[in-house]
Amino acid sequence: MRFMLLFSRQGKLRLQKWYVPLGDQEKRRLGRELVQTILGRKAKMCSFLEWRDLKVVYKRYASLYFCCAIEEQDNELITLEVIHRYVELLDKYFGSVCELDIIFNFEKAYFILDEFLLGGEAQETSKKSVLKAIEQADQLQEVRAVYLPRPLIPLISQAF
Amino acid sequence: MPAVSKGDGMRGLAVFISDIRNCKSKEAEIKRINKELANIRSKFKGDKALDGYSKKKYVCKLLFIFLLGHDIDFGHMEAVNLLSSNKYTEKQIGYLFISVLVNSNSELIRLINNAIKNDLSSRNPTFMCLALHCIANVGSREMAEAFAGEIPRILVAGDTMDSVKQSAALCLLRLYKASPDLVLMGEWTSRVVHLLNDQHMGVVTAAISLITCLSQKNPDEFKTCVSLAVSRLSRIVSSASTDLQDYTYYFVPAPWLSCKLLRLLQCYPPPEDGAVKGRLVECLETILNKAQEPPKSKKVQHSNAKNAILFEAISLIIHYDSEPNLLVRACNQLGQFLQHRETNLRYLALESMCTLASSEFSHEAVKTHIETVINALKTERDVSVRQRAADLLYAMCDRSNAKQIVAEMLSYLETADYSIREEMVLKVAILAEKYAVDYSWYVDTILNLIRIAGDYVSEEVWYRVIQIVINRDDVQGYAAKTVFEALQAPACHENMVKVGGYILGEFGNLIAGDPRSSPLVQFNLLHSKFHLCSVPTRALLLSAYIKFINLFPETKATIQEVLRSDSQIRNSDVELQQRAVEYLKLSSIASTDVLATVLEEMPPFPERESSILAKLKKKKGPGVVPVSELEDGKREGGELNGGGDRGPDSAMSASNASTPSPSADLLGLRSAAPVSAAAPSAGSLLVDVFSESGAALSPLLRLSEDLAPLCPRRDELLNKFVCKNNGVLFENQLLQIGIKSEYRQNLGRMYLFYGNKTSVQFASFSTTVSYPGELQSHILTPLPLNVQTKPVEPLVEGGAQVQQVLNIECITDFSEAPQLNIKFRYGGALQNITLKLPVTINKFFQPTEMAATDFFQRWKQLSQPQQEAQKIFKANHGMDTEVLKAKLLGLGTALLENVDPNPENYVCAGVVQTKSQQVGVLLRLEPNAQAQMYRLTLRSSKDTVSKRLCDLLAEQF
Repeated sequence: MRFMLLFSRQGKLRLQKWYVPLGDQEKRRLGRELVQTILGRKAKMCSFLEWRDLKVVYKRYASLYFCCAIEEQDNELITLEVIHRYVELLDKYFGSVCELDIIFNFEKAYFILDEFLLGGEAQETSKKSVLKAIEQADQLQEVRAVYLPRPLIPLISQAF
Repeated sequence: MPAVSKGDGMRGLAVFISDIRNCKSKEAEIKRINKELANIRSKFKGDKALDGYSKKKYVCKLLFIFLLGHDIDFGHMEAVNLLSSNKYTEKQIGYLFISVLVNSNSELIRLINNAIKNDLSSRNPTFMCLALHCIANVGSREMAEAFAGEIPRILVAGDTMDSVKQSAALCLLRLYKASPDLVLMGEWTSRVVHLLNDQHMGVVTAAISLITCLSQKNPDEFKTCVSLAVSRLSRIVSSASTDLQDYTYYFVPAPWLSCKLLRLLQCYPPPEDGAVKGRLVECLETILNKAQEPPKSKKVQHSNAKNAILFEAISLIIHYDSEPNLLVRACNQLGQFLQHRETNLRYLALESMCTLASSEFSHEAVKTHIETVINALKTERDVSVRQRAADLLYAMCDRSNAKQIVAEMLSYLETADYSIREEMVLKVAILAEKYAVDYSWYVDTILNLIRIAGDYVSEEVWYRVIQIVINRDDVQGYAAKTVFEALQAPACHENMVKVGGYILGEFGNLIAGDPRSSPLVQFNLLHSKFHLCSVPTRALLLSAYIKFINLFPETKATIQEVLRSDSQIRNSDVELQQRAVEYLKLSSIASTDVLATVLEEMPPFPERESSILAKLKKKKGPGVVPVSELEDGKREGGELNGGGDRGPDSAMSASNASTPSPSADLLGLRSAAPVSAAAPSAGSLLVDVFSESGAALSPLLRLSEDLAPLCPRRDELLNKFVCKNNGVLFENQLLQIGIKSEYRQNLGRMYLFYGNKTSVQFASFSTTVSYPGELQSHILTPLPLNVQTKPVEPLVEGGAQVQQVLNIECITDFSEAPQLNIKFRYGGALQNITLKLPVTINKFFQPTEMAATDFFQRWKQLSQPQQEAQKIFKANHGMDTEVLKAKLLGLGTALLENVDPNPENYVCAGVVQTKSQQVGVLLRLEPNAQAQMYRLTLRSSKDTVSKRLCDLLAEQF
């Protein structure tokens, strides 16, 4: 996988993970263009598209788009399930995850992703193992409560 | 409703994020951010030492600001400080910041690497993983230099925790991708391969990505992974859906791992070991069977995971291309998906079928789905799916369905999406040319193309139709008539005017007998378009006019008047003005004979690869068009040009005839003409009506120099097969000869497939294999090659293919290739073809692995001058590393890594096996990318071997 982007329906990037070395300018440009391309597609269209020299796999969950750019030889369907597994991990960790969770706890979203995918490849596909690793890390931390306003739309119930 | 954020929350951060979200405008957001940046800067600069928590909070805020898309130029040092914190959360944020905001400051890098080193040696698995994640996320060369030696050790150590192994494997993969020269597996290779056997599925899942990547680069070193992968796959495929516990995903056992295993196997040919192969075929069959079973869940995740494996299995089946039964089953399965209600599956099925179409075993099966695919092209709502359908139609096209497919594509073009029109046009043009049985159909198709999608018809396409019309005299009259009719449309595309001008200028005489298209009518028709056209088209029309003067003297006065008019002779465009002036002068002072010579009909164009195909290739990038496709195009493109039977010599002479030099003298006339401002380029003008700017020779002509002639010279044929064993050996309009060969030690077996391409029987078909000089050689000296074969059946039915097996034994080293002579009667005429069989000395190579010290020791031992052969030559092809490696491997030697001190160089070793002796060979290839040159050195114990190999190889790069 070359990179993964999470963005809202308004085109705001919520998470970006780059597995190939690129300059910041280039990342911003690619991100902007790809987001526009995907937002321009109609619902019910195919989840795969050829974009530049890449294959792009994306799926919308509630207000968020999850989008992966993969290599020529990579498998599109299993990439869709990479996305789904990541959503499940977020959901399990946050408890009915919604976009706000990812905005306010963006660092957690990155940590969970690192446990699941590393260097663009699946590192650990077992949900239990990934969550165990994250929980263990959390136990090393002091717990504080943060009060968030939550106009809740759980992602998982609204896969498009 | 208040919610609890997991882990440690950072209240300040949450407040800041809320503030940003509440900003009403971009300006307000920037203002808030600048305020925060100023605050953080003052905190970092302040006298009071910050505690870890505050530092973490501010670093995290900076990270958030950066991710919003703003530049951050400070805070790196504070982040690095966090790395050495013994609080996990602080360390974690520090690492995250470092991974996202990679910095190239060397002092910082030193500090970061130190911190990573400490964590790696901490023996605390959580810390180790954090450090490995950071290396994997950054993946810089500096990190590879610092850690590439250490990580393999962590990966294979017995006491490493599973989670650390997983991170180490993928970390190494990232470093290898970025700096392959720094990651040396060497002694660890076999232990890494054996991770495929690991108890822990997670470890296998991570390790296999690394192994796959390494296998692609060094297939031989990792080839033991094949049998391990097969047995692992077999265990997963045959397990019940609950056996693998948490690695079962929606009732599908280990889908990620299964896909990766199937992917790994695609780096290798089918397993040689019968048992392993049997087991693998069984797995593939089980996967295909499971696709027919009712789903265990209605969830899309279940079917996606299951189908992901299925598609990967089909890719493997296509990759092997040797199991007709599996190929046909795969094709049927994809056929079902073509009508599936899931768009995703339809898309993938179309894509996958494209590759199936190029396999001889499944091509016919793919063709049976033509109606469905045409329907998809018409009705799919998603342009990317329609694109796939168009690709598939192109791939499944052959002589039997070309007319239907081209017609469908043409009618689709009228409404096609703008984004895919140009490519569609190229495809239609290629198919029309490749499968044209009658040329009037071809001409109709291309003119239709210009009518329907003129804007998307590139130069290559209309050049090509003209080229073909020029070369085929049986279609010239038809072309003139058709284009004349097309030009009568009130609004016709400029490309049509170009084609019309050119063709009528050359062949207008063929329709001039009809009063409806008399010379003057033709001229007036062309000239009525003149003022609507661009300068290059007008220039072309002027050339057509002067050709008219030669063809039809009765038009001379009218045309001279046009040329003489102010709008021509005083045209502000230099090129137009010059043409008008020169043509006018030419027509008035040259005698009829001179005029007839200067303006003679264009000579046939030399055969060459279709320029359209070249364009499509360029458009899609290398490797997109399947190789067989390209070869087809080359062969059949030539056929259309009228010339499978034409040798390279005639191609040469044709190309000479169409270069400007022979008639350049005639342009001595030019000196009599008024010289316009910029004239020096006009030398090619008269001969080259194509030329649009005068300065550039027509691309058609230039192409002929770049591309190999259609029918390869005999030695080129040999060269083509030096590094490969299979392919098409020969093809003309009647006969195609395919070849497959395999070699072991000093023995070889070659399968020749003679295909009758016509519908008529070949009679008295016979083949003989001989060795050059055989008759003159001394009876007691054995020939260097012993080739045995049985005679083939004397009758080859139309459309049939017969096979012949040659058993080859290499007695001693040789430099001449054996000859194959084929004789047969086709419709009474005796056909006689002689070819060189691609048996070259390197086919009897046995690869030899050796270490650097051994290599150099042997190299020194072979230091006598006659033992060495060397050539320095210019690169004929790109100098891409992977291509070079593939060729060197194809040569049959072992490619030795880490032997030559210069990593740019390649060294190989092998033993040539002959019956009489074994000859050890060492090879060194030194590319100089800057000069685009190579130096090739061969040393062997036998001078003739060094010399022959050197000659053979110098042609390969």
